[in-house]
Amino acid sequence: MKAGTKLKSAVCDTEVMVIKLGPGSIECGGAPMVEERTGDKGVPDPAFAAGTKMGKRYSDAAASFELLCVKPGAGSLSIDGVACQLKDAKPLPSSD
Amino acid sequence: MDISLLLKMAADAEPDRVGLTCDGRDWTYGELWGAATGAAAQIAASGVEHVALLDTGSEAAAIALFGAALAGVPYCPLNYRLADVDLGALIVRLEPAYVVGDAARVGTLATDPRNVILDRADFLTAALATQDPDRDAGEGAGIAVQLFTSGTTAAPKAAILRHFNLVSYIIGSVEFGAAEEQDSALVSVPPYHIAGISALMSSIYAMRRILLLPAFDPAEWIGLAQAHRVSNAFLVPTMLSRIVEELDKTDGADLSSLRAIAYGGGKMPIELIGKALDLFPQTAFTNAYGLTETSSTVALLGPDEHRAAQGSADPAIRARLGSVGKPLPSVEIEIRDEAGHALPAGEAGEIYVRGDQVSGEYKERSALIADGWFPTRDAGYLDADGYLFLSGRADDVIVRGGENMSPGEIEDVLLSHPGVADAAAVGIASAEWGEAVGVAIVPKGDIAASDDDLKKLIRDRLRSSRVPERIERVEALPYNEMGKLLRREVKKLFS
Repeated sequence: MKAGTKLKSAVCDTEVMVIKLGPGSIECGGAPMVEERTGDKGVPDPAFAAGTKMGKRYSDAAASFELLCVKPGAGSLSIDGVACQLKDAKPLPSSD
Repeated sequence: MDISLLLKMAADAEPDRVGLTCDGRDWTYGELWGAATGAAAQIAASGVEHVALLDTGSEAAAIALFGAALAGVPYCPLNYRLADVDLGALIVRLEPAYVVGDAARVGTLATDPRNVILDRADFLTAALATQDPDRDAGEGAGIAVQLFTSGTTAAPKAAILRHFNLVSYIIGSVEFGAAEEQDSALVSVPPYHIAGISALMSSIYAMRRILLLPAFDPAEWIGLAQAHRVSNAFLVPTMLSRIVEELDKTDGADLSSLRAIAYGGGKMPIELIGKALDLFPQTAFTNAYGLTETSSTVALLGPDEHRAAQGSADPAIRARLGSVGKPLPSVEIEIRDEAGHALPAGEAGEIYVRGDQVSGEYKERSALIADGWFPTRDAGYLDADGYLFLSGRADDVIVRGGENMSPGEIEDVLLSHPGVADAAAVGIASAEWGEAVGVAIVPKGDIAASDDDLKKLIRDRLRSSRVPERIERVEALPYNEMGKLLRREVKKLFS
């Protein structure tokens, strides 16, 4: 996997684009995210069911991962079982 | 991911919100996405190698840009101002191609029977007839956009921007859906310029409605900005200058809705930006510096820095009005000497940039060097606080007896004379020095600026080596339509 890869949640509608990639497993709704969904969608683990928001960035505490939500869903993101945090937007002035 | 993801996200989030207005017709994000998927089907079925656009700005540019991305075919907007012979040479490099726009003109220039050539209306009809809104953005492994450089110094090169470069640029510099629903961006840069392409992508990703003004005219620009209560605009310096002139003649224009004006694409005279800051006291000005090969902006001078510079008594801070600011957080900038060694603050050399948005790639070869750095061929320096100042193209540097001189430095001093409206300095052949300084000036009004006055000014403000050997007076300097000075034309005045 590399930066730019799209991952899908195995248990909800969430899709993310990987912006920054560190060591560890990227999960949504408590289950590892996949490049292609196979079989039935499960349900998010209630501990990871706060949902994802369109266009928001998420990262882990060590900031070794950064994920951009490109499709929202009911599950929430985690790395190796530790919940990701919404990254603060530091908006730049529009230059185009 | 390919760049169509940017439009897909907006269409998924708010399909019924208006994303683009052109000639009085509104397009929602859902409609734009639908049309792009239809265009993709048309393009894929045609089996072409490039999608070309020979047209002024319209919804067709956005639909062709994202449609080509979905079909996995490079999008190549062409400069419709080129002469037939030059344009024909570019079209042949793109064949077999799917060409949208001036079908009659393309028909006389294109040669490959496999081309598909459609005017704007037929393209839109075909795209709308074959929509597939459930289609997904692709992997984006290949080339998104191919742009021919303007060729102010040599034959046009085909600069390549990959999906990865452009997606990195947009998500690195724009917050998704950050615009308010009533916001709009007045886009008047042509579709074949990198600023025209980045304007489409940035505004769509920010969900800021695009209001297109296909052919720039200052009075129309002011009229549209007022009528639509426009919040944002991008201008090249020439456009800003013409708007300022027009406002001087216009009574009661209300441009109070303009929250932000970004500018770039050429050198902004300090006098002009100072005047604009006074004329638009409520507007946030941003100076953006970038190149085609860097997917647009790599450094910017923000609104607060503009106001701080203008109001400062400290000459070093005031000088920042002439700076292009600091690198984006996702971009690195270094100044290097001719041997490629990094230079400290304050020393001028060539500007090198690095980052995911930097392609530095041409169809024929990559210009990237070790560790992904791109030598821009722009010359400049960083000040002690990291602000970047440009001093022209590295190729424009005048080398007099082994001493490197920046034309920009000489021009700035000449422009401070009240009798000089515009100025260009170029290297001219000199038996004694190899090169010497030649300057062309445009006299202003009836204020006399004798050769001796100008030479004394340069000697006093700079040093004697910068004093021009020849001074020519002209009615106007040669610029291209984006306001870029054509130095090779200036040089001809001295040959």
